[in-house]
Order: sequence, then C-alpha cells, then structure tokens
Amino acid sequence: MGFGVLGVKLLAYCSCSNTFQEDKRISDRPMVPSLERVDIRQGLCYYPRRGAVPEVVAPFLIQRGADKVAFVIGLRCRECAREYPVEPLNVCDFCFGPLEISYDYKAIARVISRQRIADGPLTIWRYQDLLPVDAENAVDIQAGFTPLIKAKNLGKVLGLDNLYLKNDSVNPSFSFKDRVVSVAATKALEFGFDTLSCASTGNLACAVAAHAARAGMRSVVFIPSDLEAGKVIGAAIYGPTIVAVKGSYDEVNRLCSEIADNYHWAFVNINMRPFYAEGSKTLGLEVAEQLGWRFPEHAVVPVASGALLTKIWKGFDEMVEVGLMEGPVPTRMYAAQARGCSPVVDAFNAGEDMVKPVRPNSIAKSLAIGNPADGIYAIRTMSRSGGAAYAVPEDEVVEGMKLLAETEGIFTETAGGVVVSALKGLVERGAIGRDELTVAFITGNGLKTQEVVEDVVHPLTIRPTMEEFEEALHGLSAAGR
Amino acid sequence: MVMGKQRVKFTFPTDLVTQPIIYDLGRKFNVVTNIRRADVREEMGWVVLELEGDDQEIQQGIDWVGSIGVRVDPVAGDVLEG
Repeated sequence: MGFGVLGVKLLAYCSCSNTFQEDKRISDRPMVPSLERVDIRQGLCYYPRRGAVPEVVAPFLIQRGADKVAFVIGLRCRECAREYPVEPLNVCDFCFGPLEISYDYKAIARVISRQRIADGPLTIWRYQDLLPVDAENAVDIQAGFTPLIKAKNLGKVLGLDNLYLKNDSVNPSFSFKDRVVSVAATKALEFGFDTLSCASTGNLACAVAAHAARAGMRSVVFIPSDLEAGKVIGAAIYGPTIVAVKGSYDEVNRLCSEIADNYHWAFVNINMRPFYAEGSKTLGLEVAEQLGWRFPEHAVVPVASGALLTKIWKGFDEMVEVGLMEGPVPTRMYAAQARGCSPVVDAFNAGEDMVKPVRPNSIAKSLAIGNPADGIYAIRTMSRSGGAAYAVPEDEVVEGMKLLAETEGIFTETAGGVVVSALKGLVERGAIGRDELTVAFITGNGLKTQEVVEDVVHPLTIRPTMEEFEEALHGLSAAGR
Repeated sequence: MVMGKQRVKFTFPTDLVTQPIIYDLGRKFNVVTNIRRADVREEMGWVVLELEGDDQEIQQGIDWVGSIGVRVDPVAGDVLEG
C-alpha cells in the first residue's frame, strides 16, 4: 500500500504562490498540462511544499526475527517527503521524486558502538545496524573492508603529506559495486524475488551476476550490443543471461526502464535503488573507522550517478547522528568526472542547482552517465560540505591511471584515473593543502579497461644470450630508464 | 489497442522553453499528460510527467517530442551504469 494517494487532502502550489488544485486523489488526476496558462519564465513549479503534506505516517518497524528489529522506518521521498512502507519501489507515486531509506536513528544509537562494529565481520556487514536489510541472511561475497593505504609516493609527486587511497578495486568482483549489490541482492531475497537484474557496461553487471550466483538467483544483465566482449567476460563467467540491446545509449536506458516496470524482477538500480544506494555508505563508514575514527578533511570521489558521493557523506553524517563520532562533519566533498561526461561538475561550477543532461563521450565508461539520477544531490552535498568539482581532460585520464600504478602499485580502471588526475588538479588549484588529511576513492580495477593502456607494453625482446640481455640493459641505462 | 502509462522527464533547451510543447503533445496525440514536478527557467527547464494512453500513441508522442529537440529520459535518470 502506498501513501499519498488515498485519503490525502493536500494543496499543490506553484513557487509563484498560485494554487492549482485541491483534490483527494491529486496524484491520479491530470494537473494543468498546458504550459501556456502560466508564464513559465517566472518559474513554473508543481512542487508540493514539504509543509503541505498533512498526513502523518506512522513508522514501520520491520521484524527481523524473534528478537531483532531493523531500524528502518520506511521509504521517504527526497522531494516531497511523503513516506512509504518498505517495498521494492524507487519513485514517489505523487511527485515521481526519488525515494530513500528513513531510519530510526535514536534506536540505532542505543545499540551501535565502535566496539560492536569492531567485533563484526571484516566486510560491509560490520555496519549492519546502518543498513536496511537483515544481515543474518546477507548475500555475502565478502565485499568491503578494503585497504586504506597511506600514499607516500603519490603524495610526494602531488605535494600532499597526508594522502590516503581507499582501494575498492580489490572487492570480489573488482569494483565498489559489490557493496551496493550485496545490499540490493539481500533485500531482493527478502522481498521474494528470484531474478536479479541490471543494465550495465561493466562493473555493475559483474557484481550483479556474482551476487546472483552466490544467492542462487537467476540474473539477467542488459548490455549495449556494441560493447566489447572483454568488458562482459567478467560478468559472463558467473552464468547470467546476457541480453545485448541494439540501439543508442538513450534507447537502452528507455527499454530497461520499461522492462523494469513490466517484469517482477529485482533491478538493483531501479526498483531496488533505495536499498542498493545505501551500500555506498559503507565506504564512508569504513574510511572513518580505518583512519582511527577520524573524518578526512577532503574526500575526492568519482561521480557517475552522483549517489556514491552523496552516500559517503550520508555515512559520515549518520556516524554523528548515532553517536559514533563528534560532529559536525568537517569533510569537504569533491566530485571528479571526465570532461567527456561531466554534467555534475559543469552544473556545480556554473553555480546551477539544475543538472543539464548530456550525451556521454568519454573513455571513462564507468562514469559515463549523461542524466545522473543523484546529480542534484551530489551538488547539494558539495555545497553543504564546502567542496568543489573538477572535470579532467580526457587525455589526462590515462595519465592518472599510470601515475597511480607507477607510484603506488595500484592498477585502477579509468574512473580511478579520473580521481587521481582530479586530485592533482585540485592540489594545483590550491583547494587541498599539503598537510591536510585527504582520501581519494579508487573504485574499480584496471584489468577491466586494459585497452586504454595497451601502449604501456614495450618489452625488451632478446635472444636467449647474456650478451644480448646486457646490451639491452645498457641501452635502457643510456636512455635513462 | 493497449492502454498504458509512462513516466518520463522532458528537458527543454533554451529555444524551446517558451513553447507549449506539452499542450501540443496532448492535442496532436491521444495522450493524457499529467505533470508532477517541474522547474522551468529562462535558459532551460525540465518537466516530470506521466503519459497515459494507447502504447503506440505514447511512443509516437515521445518520438515527436524528441524530434523537435526536447530530451526525453526515464524519470529515475539513466539506468545504464558502468
């Protein structure tokens, strides 16, 4: 049952103070479709104001077992604040705004502690109190608790004495997507789904297929038909049904949304999105714990949909909310995108609070989301935290990958190259000071995008004699290598 | 005839912001347009709405809107992720 449809009496307002309609079932009735009737240059707006929701929805507490109660109140619309019970639902029935999980933080604060977390498993499930699922039945391939490395060599090159790298490229399916899919898959099983699904060009497909295999679920993965075979092998090995869709990027997007509406499957980033996105929080929680229960002063995060940046901040915020840390959160959040697809960075740097969709044209495919679902929330998070945004020129993406590999021994995919080059740019711009505690998030493994660094292969080819070897070595020394 | 609904987001470029495109969509095609949220400014605007009608009419309507320069996306943003 959804709220906001039956028995709700409300008014819809325009920002110009016009009242459009009063109706008991406003969400089921067409609302003034003709823009001609209003001077839209004054800013036509059908937002119902937050204060205009008259109905008080009782919290939903979900029984987790005989003696345990999850700390989820329900789902709440991020735009109109309407509340919904816990269902596989991602969009508000009234305003079509995105839904997110609403927790009972007071109840969490009563049970959570640093010791309780430390006693937990070395996976994302050590933070189970802040996750919207039953951890006892987790679909767990051991995602999370990845290394946080002090990057002395890279720091030296960039002029940072206190730089850390959160290396999430070593998750089981080699990207941070294992965190979000682990939560989504667990919830999908709780809801009784038998099929896990997604549309992806790489990392997400791997994580979905791997978790479905672990859970004994069927998986159906949609990919663009022109995707290189190498990109999907990492998913295909787990045995999903792979559907290759012929058509443009936009057409693939539209078809998958339509399929999600019509099939009773758990699409991890569509109908499961509120639960899925919560998995990203664990990156923030983990970093603070691994820093010895400290928040970084700066966090540089790759941005695709914008959810990761937003949720890392949410994780920090929740640590204060439940008493694990002292507030306020001091971390400045920075978005890193590649110039070929940088709608969030462009909007932030233009001072806009509206993200203009773009058609992606970037080698950083895992960040190539032209119409980011959480873009506006990422912008708000950066503004709130005092952060900034940086778009990396396309030719600096690979430079970032090589710099990270050559200084710290970490082979990241293109998204990591974007982060390293953005970090370099931010330091050069003076946004990050030498001594300030900085964390850069490396979210995917370089083995997935090997084609962009093929030029690094140039071996010394010799015949099997010492003479030729020493001659080649001498040649290297002469070349200063 | 298969009746259906689709939730979509229209993004208008500057030159189309002042045009009554949603009104025209309802008139040219047998589609009911139901606006839920919008933010329309001088330089650009977006409208989130539900389209209801025959599936074919909805598709033709979306194609027409796209053909005149309005970007059409699913309401939940891009679902194709890396």
